[in-house]
Amino acid sequence: MGVKCGFYQGATNCCGCPETIAIRNILEVAGKNTVVVNATSCLEIVSSQYPHTSWGVNYIHGAFENASAIASGVTLALEKLGKKGNVIAIAGDGGTLDIGLQALSGTLERGDKICFICMDNNAYMNTGIQRSSATPFGAWTTTSPPGKFSIGEEKWKKPIVEIVAAHRTPYVATASIGFIPDLKEKVKKALEKKNQPSFIHVECPCPLGWKFNPSKTIEIAKLAVKTGMWILYEIHNGKLNISKPAGKRKPVEEYLKTQGRFAHLFKPRNKHIIKKIQTHVDDEWERLLENQ
Amino acid sequence: MVRKVLEGSHAIAEAVKLCNPDVVAAYPITPQTHIIERISEMVADGEFKTEFSRAESEHSAMSICLGAQAAGVRTFTSSASQGIALMHEVLYNVSGMRLPVVMAVVNRSLSSPLNIWCDWSDTFAERDSGWIQLYCESSQEAFDTIIQAYKIAENEKVSLPVMVCIDGFILSHVYEPVNIADKKLVRKFLPKYSGRKMDFDKPVTQGAWAGPDHFQEFKQAQHEAMRNSKDVIREANSEFKKIFGRGYGNGLVETYNMESAEHAIITMGSLCGTVKHILREKRIKDIGLIKVKSFRPFPIGLVKNSIKDLKSIGVLEKDISLGLGGALCYEIRGLTRKQAVSSFVGGLGGRDVKIEDFMRMFDDIREERRGLVWV
Ligand SMILES: Cc1ncc(C[n+]2csc(CCOP(=O)(O)OP(=O)(O)O)c2C)c(N)n1
Ligand SMILES: [Mg+2]
Repeated sequence: MGVKCGFYQGATNCCGCPETIAIRNILEVAGKNTVVVNATSCLEIVSSQYPHTSWGVNYIHGAFENASAIASGVTLALEKLGKKGNVIAIAGDGGTLDIGLQALSGTLERGDKICFICMDNNAYMNTGIQRSSATPFGAWTTTSPPGKFSIGEEKWKKPIVEIVAAHRTPYVATASIGFIPDLKEKVKKALEKKNQPSFIHVECPCPLGWKFNPSKTIEIAKLAVKTGMWILYEIHNGKLNISKPAGKRKPVEEYLKTQGRFAHLFKPRNKHIIKKIQTHVDDEWERLLENQ
Repeated sequence: MVRKVLEGSHAIAEAVKLCNPDVVAAYPITPQTHIIERISEMVADGEFKTEFSRAESEHSAMSICLGAQAAGVRTFTSSASQGIALMHEVLYNVSGMRLPVVMAVVNRSLSSPLNIWCDWSDTFAERDSGWIQLYCESSQEAFDTIIQAYKIAENEKVSLPVMVCIDGFILSHVYEPVNIADKKLVRKFLPKYSGRKMDFDKPVTQGAWAGPDHFQEFKQAQHEAMRNSKDVIREANSEFKKIFGRGYGNGLVETYNMESAEHAIITMGSLCGTVKHILREKRIKDIGLIKVKSFRPFPIGLVKNSIKDLKSIGVLEKDISLGLGGALCYEIRGLTRKQAVSSFVGGLGGRDVKIEDFMRMFDDIREERRGLVWV
C-alpha cells in the first residue's frame, strides 16, 4: 500500500472481513504511539504469521484469554518508562465474553488505563464457527446446529456492555463497522480516558460464519443497527446515550433473512422464533430508552 | 552488609527489592504468600518503588509480567502449586517470546488430594516449559540466587525466564540468619535493566505465530540458549562469589564430602542441608553429596563427571512421574551404564525425611539396591 499506517500489508483475512476494516479505522484514530495487545483470534492469525506482520504499531500476542492482563502489564511498564501512548487490547467475542472475562474484569477493577476493544463476530470463528456467549438466539453455528430438537442457539447474548459498565468503567460503548464516523468518534472518546480503562464492543459481520455474500459486509452491519439487532450506544461516566436516533426501526425479519445462519428460522415450524426475537429486540430498546 | 534473622520468604522479598524490578504482579497462595505480603509492606512504606499489581489470578499475574517485560522493564512474580499450574500456558508464552521474567516458586504439591506442603510436583510439571530452574538449599542461597537469576535471565546469550525454587515451609517459613547484600554492590553486580525498550518509532511484533517451516527453529534456538545458559550461570556464580564471598559449587552443581567417597546421594533443595548435616555429624566418609542446583538446564557433563568413579549412587527426590518413577532419577540413569542407581521418592506432600531415613538410604546405596524405594 505504500502508506505506512497502523495496519497495512499482507493480512490474510477472508474476502469481506469486517475486522480489518475496523482495525484500520481504529488505528487511524489511535496513531503511531500505540501498542496493540491481541488475543488469539482471527485477527491475530491473519495478521501475524512469522516472518511477516501486518502491524505498523507495536504489537503483542500472548494467549487467548489474557489480552487485557498483558495490556495491563504494558501500561504499567510504559508508566515506568515515562512513555505516553495508547494501549489497546483487542479480543474476539470468545476472548472477551467467555474465556477472557476474568482477566478483563481484573483489569477493569484495578483501573489500568487500557482501551479494550471486543471484535464481536458472534462466534468462535478462528476455530471454525462454534457458538460463544455472544452468538445470537436462533443462530446456526457448528456447535449449535438446528435439528429435530433444536432451533439453533438457544441462549440470549451475554450483556457484556452492562457487565463492563457495572465495574464503573468510565467509558463503555457499542459500535459497528457500518457506522465508521461513529466508531472513530467512540475510539477517540475511549482513548481520551487517559487514566482509566475503557471498553468498545464492535459488531463485525462475518461473511463465512454468518453465511452471506462477502460484498454485503457493510450492508449487513447497517441493517443490524437499523433493525435494532445491534444497538449503538455509549455509557459515559454512568450516563447512557443511544447513539443513533431511534427513527423507525425495521422488522428483524429483514435482517435475519439476509444470512444463511438464520435460514432455518424461516421454516414454518420455527416462525414463532422470529417473533420471539422481535419481542426481545423491542424490549431491549425500551429498557435502554428508559435508562437513558 | 547487614546480617539479619529472616524468614526465607522475607529473604526473597529483600533480594527482589535490591534487584528493583519495575513491575511486580502476584497472587496469593500458601506457602508463597509471605513473599508478596512483605513486598506489599515495602511498597506501602515507599522503600520499594515498583508498579505493584495485585492480579486477579496467577494466569493474569504472569500475563502482566509478560506485557511489562515485552514493553521493556524488569519484572517479578512468585507463586506455588496450583498457581504455577494455572500459569502453565503463559509460562510457555514467556519463554517462547524470550522474556527474562524472574519468578520465585515456593514448592508445594499439586492437588488432588489437596495438600499445602512441600514437594516438587509443581515445578517438575514445568520441566519442559523453557524456564531455567534453580533450586536452593537455604534462605541465604535463595537470597543470592534471586539476584543471580536476573543477571542470568537478562544475559543476551540467554534471554530466558528463571524460576528460583525453594521448598515450601521448610525454607519459606523458617527463620535463618541471612547476609543482606549491600545495595551498591548489588547494583555493581546487576546493573539497571538494559534490554530492548518499546519504541513507538520502531514498532515490533512480538508473539507471532509460526508454521511448520519455522516453529522448530524457534525451539532449537531456545534449546541453544538453555545450553548457553550453563556458562552464564557459572559466571554469575563466580562473579557473585568474588563480590559477596558466597558461592554454590559452580552454580550448576555443588559437591560435598566427595574426597574419599565411593558412593553418592544426589538430590536438590533443602534436602541437601540435611544430607550435609548427617554426613558431617556422623563422620561418614564413604558417601558424598551431589547437589543439583540447576535442574534446567540440566548439567549433564558435570553430573556424569562427578559420578564416574563411584561404585554406586542413589537419587532422592520429592516428585513422582506417575507410571515411570522419580523424574530426576531417570535423568541420571541416562548418564551411567556402569553403576547401580537406587531411586528414592519421598517427602511428598510435606512428609518429613528423617535422619533414620537417610541412614537406611545410605545402606541401600552401599548395597546397590535397585528399584524404587518409597521414603
Ligand atoms: C485456552 C485456549 N482454548 C482454546 C483455544 C482455541 N481457540 C483459538 S481462537 C479460538 C476462538 C476465538 O474466538 P473469538 O475470541 O470469538 O475470536 P474470533 O476468531 O471469532 O475473531 C479458540 C477457541 C486457545 N487458543 N486457547
Ligand atoms: Mg468471534
